[in-house]
Amino acid sequence: MAERVEELTLKPLEGISRRYLALVGCLLALVALGVYAYSRQLAQGLAVTGMAPTVNRVIWGLYVVNFVFFIGISHAGTLISAILRITRSRWRTPITRMAEFITVTALLVAGLFPIIDLGQPGRVLNVLRYGRWQSAILWDFLAITTYLTGSLLYLYLPLIPDLATCRDRLGGKISSLRHRLYRLLAMGWRGSPEQRRELQRGITVMMVTIVPVAVSVHTVVSWIFGMTLRPGWNSTAMGAYFVTGAIFSGVASVITVMALLRKAYRLEEIITPTHFVNLGYFLAAMGLIMVYFNLSDLLSAGYKLEGLEPLYLRQILTGSLAPFFWFYAFTLLLPGLVVLIPWTRRVGWIVFASVLVNIAMWLERYIIVVGTLRTPQMPYTSLARYIPTWVELAITAGGFALFALILAGFAKLVPVVSIWEVREHLEAARGAPGQAIAASGSPSESLGP
Amino acid sequence: MAPGTKGSSKTAAGSGAPHAPSRRNFLRLLGGAAGVALVAPRKEAFAAEQEHSGPGNHPRPGPGETEESTNRLRRWAMVVDLRRCDGCTGLGLPPQCTQYCIWGRLVPEGQEWVEVYTVRTSEHLSPSEDGSPMCLPAFCMQCQNAPCANVCPVGATFHAPDGVVLIDQMRCIGCRLCMAACPYDRRFFNWSEPVQPDWVKKVPYEVRTQVPAIRGTVMKCDFCTERAAAGGLPFCVDGCPNGAIYFGDLEQDVATNGREIVKLSRFLEENHAFRYKEELGTEPRVWYIPGHGQLVREGQGSANPGAHRPLRERLEWPWRTLAAAARQGPREGATGQRSRG
Repeated sequence: MAERVEELTLKPLEGISRRYLALVGCLLALVALGVYAYSRQLAQGLAVTGMAPTVNRVIWGLYVVNFVFFIGISHAGTLISAILRITRSRWRTPITRMAEFITVTALLVAGLFPIIDLGQPGRVLNVLRYGRWQSAILWDFLAITTYLTGSLLYLYLPLIPDLATCRDRLGGKISSLRHRLYRLLAMGWRGSPEQRRELQRGITVMMVTIVPVAVSVHTVVSWIFGMTLRPGWNSTAMGAYFVTGAIFSGVASVITVMALLRKAYRLEEIITPTHFVNLGYFLAAMGLIMVYFNLSDLLSAGYKLEGLEPLYLRQILTGSLAPFFWFYAFTLLLPGLVVLIPWTRRVGWIVFASVLVNIAMWLERYIIVVGTLRTPQMPYTSLARYIPTWVELAITAGGFALFALILAGFAKLVPVVSIWEVREHLEAARGAPGQAIAASGSPSESLGP
Repeated sequence: MAPGTKGSSKTAAGSGAPHAPSRRNFLRLLGGAAGVALVAPRKEAFAAEQEHSGPGNHPRPGPGETEESTNRLRRWAMVVDLRRCDGCTGLGLPPQCTQYCIWGRLVPEGQEWVEVYTVRTSEHLSPSEDGSPMCLPAFCMQCQNAPCANVCPVGATFHAPDGVVLIDQMRCIGCRLCMAACPYDRRFFNWSEPVQPDWVKKVPYEVRTQVPAIRGTVMKCDFCTERAAAGGLPFCVDGCPNGAIYFGDLEQDVATNGREIVKLSRFLEENHAFRYKEELGTEPRVWYIPGHGQLVREGQGSANPGAHRPLRERLEWPWRTLAAAARQGPREGATGQRSRG
């Protein structure tokens, strides 16, 4: 079986299929469209966005929405993989790598959006030069760069043995440049007991460290909003709410990406329905915590109806943002329903629910950013009208395409499944008779020890 | 300090009668503004000071203050007597405070640093007998606990020692977090290349006057302290046909609307002055005396029944017209004015 894992995961690295090239071509075209749109924005200023006609009201739009969304799904990875590692959930082994991919990729894309949103992108280094620690943007800057560094390390460390496998097994089948890259990155890994011990120690340190860092990241992102006096933002629950929402959308994106890679690389033997069901339970649990947060927030604001809250609440509950909001509310419960009912507790349904959750969480970010900014805080007669322009839509599409492109690149460069961890898991399972192996997807496989 | 501004500061002050904005008036104001902009008196001094100060902390003397001149700093403040403000609806003109501000400060097209809001009386404060709405001219409130200055990541917006919140547009990165934080919507972003008179672009940048405007940065009302330094009053005070706006100094406890001088503390207390959104704790430096233009509307009868909404759509940013006129030569330039779309 261990041989089979190696065979299945290494095979896609050997050649590039026509379909893969076509996918990369499409994604590159979308990225190019985004780059072109951004060049228009650089030439003409942010006047090309839908924010400009609102003069000084909806001063953040899709760029900030995308920023928050991508930071959110970056929680997928590292946090989920760290939690599963810490709890020694054996079934995790085939999915941690993908989760960690998503984290790093999402962070790279997320980091672009605040810069795209700047009026003076050329002055971005002023943040280092004149940075004030009193500003939430500095907290973000610190937290996100720390998280990116940590996530890269946390992706890289468990990758070392697999890079050595690539080095040893793919020789002759790939270009010498790539082979040299594997040799360099494998850092002389031979799998000696000493090396294993050191690696294990490194991974343990990183998995414990990364959890508080991940929590801090989305907390301080929420504080960009939470440190203002606006309705919908001025809440002490923002940090915890954002972290939960991030994990919720993160798990959903792991399931989505997992389903895509499983299909593309024919990994059905390794990534089994058990993995989808287990992550489905995780998703359902996070959805319910989201329901709890939303209920407590809506009730405590809606009961008192202080100041501008009625205006804000009316637009999301019954007004123009209501379709978004109620769709979002529905998707909070959907994963729970899917895993509750036996005949929907299947891969297809769980993936379907995850895709809807991803869309809904993007819309939820839109409600948070635009919904609050549209709310008049001065004696205006109406809500501000924000209609994203083609430039914003093209840059958004380019951002999503870039995300997929980097993921596709990762998936061609390194094994999408952690071969050595799966192998170790299989060896451990062989030593325990009666325990079905994870790769066979037996239902007796459960969450952790 | 800035001799070029001296003459212009009295253009409108003291001309008691309500006056329509004539082209001559406007040109005089423009001349004054040009003086403000061109003199740019302390550019080098400011740069030198900046080097000594840390981020977010720009100690520099307030206008009219040097360390030799006095140990007392100014603490600038504004008071609006809402009993005398009808948003210029009685005159059938756009709000003159906004208009004079635009003309005088070369405000880029589309921005209203002073904006006259219409407050439905059921929501706030004293209701009026005839149901007319309260007009509320809003300047930058120059909050002493300023949310904008608190959140700025690079210290581009900061308090001058005189309490006025300034913006260093050469440092601003354009993230707009200050605009998200401002509870009064009193900040403006240059989404496009700012539309201003052509000659302004050639002037060396000056933080006190915010000229020239820079694309991708934030601007706002700054109480015209550069004019105060020369002994003048803010353009909005000069522009108000009813003398509703007072500019003063909390330190010396005095304020004036250009016609009369009041003892600031007593004026506020006797007239039950309030600060807008006091409950937010932002500590604004702008006070309002409750009213709904009754002192102005008296005697007008129902000349303008129902026309209580300020005619903001008739405000003029004449920069494009002026530029076109300059290109076409002096003769044809006088026709047509670009108004807010």
